Amino acid sequence: MQATVSNREFTTALSDPEKPAPEGIRGQDGKKSAKRFDIYRNNVVVGLIDALGDIFPAVARLVGEGFFRDMARLYIRANPPNSPLLFRYGRSMPDFLETFEPVAHLAYLPDVARIELAWLDAFHAADTSCFSAADLGAVPESELDDLRLTPHPATRIIRSRSAAVSIVSATRSGAGLADINPTAPEDGLVTRPVLDVQLRRLPPGAAVFLQSLVDGACLADAAEAAERDCAEFDLPLAIRAMLESGAFSQRGEEA
Amino acid sequence: MPNAPQSTQRSFGGATIPPRAGAGLKTAHVDAILSDSYRIGFLEIHAENYMGDGGPPHRALGAIRENFPLSVHGVGLSIGGEDGLDKTHVARLKKVVDRYEPGLVSEHLAWSTHDNSYYNDLLPAPYDEATLARVCRHIEQVQEALGRQILLENPSTYVQFEQSTISEADFIRQIAVRTGCGLLLDINNVFVSATNHGYEPLAYLEDFPLGRVQEIHLAGHAPDVDDEGDVILIDSHDRPVDDRVWGLYETVIGRIGSIPTLIEWDTDIPEWPILRNEAMMADRILEAHAGAVPSPRPRAARG
Repeated sequence: MQATVSNREFTTALSDPEKPAPEGIRGQDGKKSAKRFDIYRNNVVVGLIDALGDIFPAVARLVGEGFFRDMARLYIRANPPNSPLLFRYGRSMPDFLETFEPVAHLAYLPDVARIELAWLDAFHAADTSCFSAADLGAVPESELDDLRLTPHPATRIIRSRSAAVSIVSATRSGAGLADINPTAPEDGLVTRPVLDVQLRRLPPGAAVFLQSLVDGACLADAAEAAERDCAEFDLPLAIRAMLESGAFSQRGEEA
Repeated sequence: MPNAPQSTQRSFGGATIPPRAGAGLKTAHVDAILSDSYRIGFLEIHAENYMGDGGPPHRALGAIRENFPLSVHGVGLSIGGEDGLDKTHVARLKKVVDRYEPGLVSEHLAWSTHDNSYYNDLLPAPYDEATLARVCRHIEQVQEALGRQILLENPSTYVQFEQSTISEADFIRQIAVRTGCGLLLDINNVFVSATNHGYEPLAYLEDFPLGRVQEIHLAGHAPDVDDEGDVILIDSHDRPVDDRVWGLYETVIGRIGSIPTLIEWDTDIPEWPILRNEAMMADRILEAHAGAVPSPRPRAARG
């Protein structure tokens, strides 16, 4: 009796290296071959480990390449991808890192992963023109308070209880972490004004200001929210960061 | 300078893929390709890498497409799987095809998705009547959605299924006859599978419906050994094309004439000149047979 192999049987064995190759799979001359089936197991896992390494280069450098690959293998077992678009894989990595005991001492690591996901989103985000200083200058003064802006598709704001922004910047550029106090909270802004993704630290209160604008608040309300949140909030400084980073789309541009 | 909004996209000219050598497009090679005095015949992309909304990948591909014919090669449709096609993914493929107007669109006789999990490899399908019917249905759905013919690529495999009742070449012929799809003949895959399963690659090619082939793939493979110590070849795309694969390629081109031929190199990607050398090798073989009358072996119709 010839065994038939369903996709379910094939993938169940594929995902669990402890399981034997499915009945009904044969190598040359009809011989059973565990090693041949292992080629598929290896292709799947190594491909996904490589993909995660591409998505999280700073995480990989911070924990070390070998450790990262072992950790990625565990992550993949627990969180297999559900889309052929691998640049959308790894969304739950920050949550995984929050609870993965061996990296518990690296409190900044989950936020480092969040910034790297934001970076990748920005890389693939739609192209639109940015709201510039000239665009702001063209708004009549009487309308400034009520101005509402459309976020650029690449824009992501990250608020961290650690120095994750500085750590990502230093790690990705190959600089050392010696000058960084990892426990100092930081806010970060990821944008892609033209082709290159940019990551910058935001001045105090600017994250609340920009997040309010992203959420649809008008300029006056966003500034008020930021002032309420942070005594050091500096509106001109926040607006400069907003314009330099290209965080918003030119009006009339659809995302 | 602000990015051009998508609404200003224009139509590309020169969609037809010439009967020359092409290369799999790698981001690292884009500038070298655009400034090279050697004009590669065409470039091929993995569709999934261009399914994001915008940014550097589309900017680079737009520049390539303005200067070269393009072929779109899907790796994620899971045409050979038991599950129905993912309509969202078909729609994503259509978006890439509509945007870049490629000369050829191809996919694999393989599967990669089951029960909403994606397995990131080209997994083998059994060659039986149930699979044949499913693959045909899936190809018809893709061709319907895209409004054009697609090419189906023969796989490289490491295992076979006891339940298979049809030879691979016959299976592929029946798919082409039933769906009207074209074929992409990967000669490295033929060599890899023939070695792995102990048959003659030439015998496979004798059986293969060469008259329906519209594109050829060539790539490098890596040798390994299986449990019994027999040689097993891995379809690794990480090195130059093997001399024996070049030999089979000359035989095929001698028989069917010059057709578009892609060099694939996806891992341990070399500098552009090394990949270009592989393409030039294929070009020399294609030129030697240019103008030759294609003569696919006549064969009796099969059920």
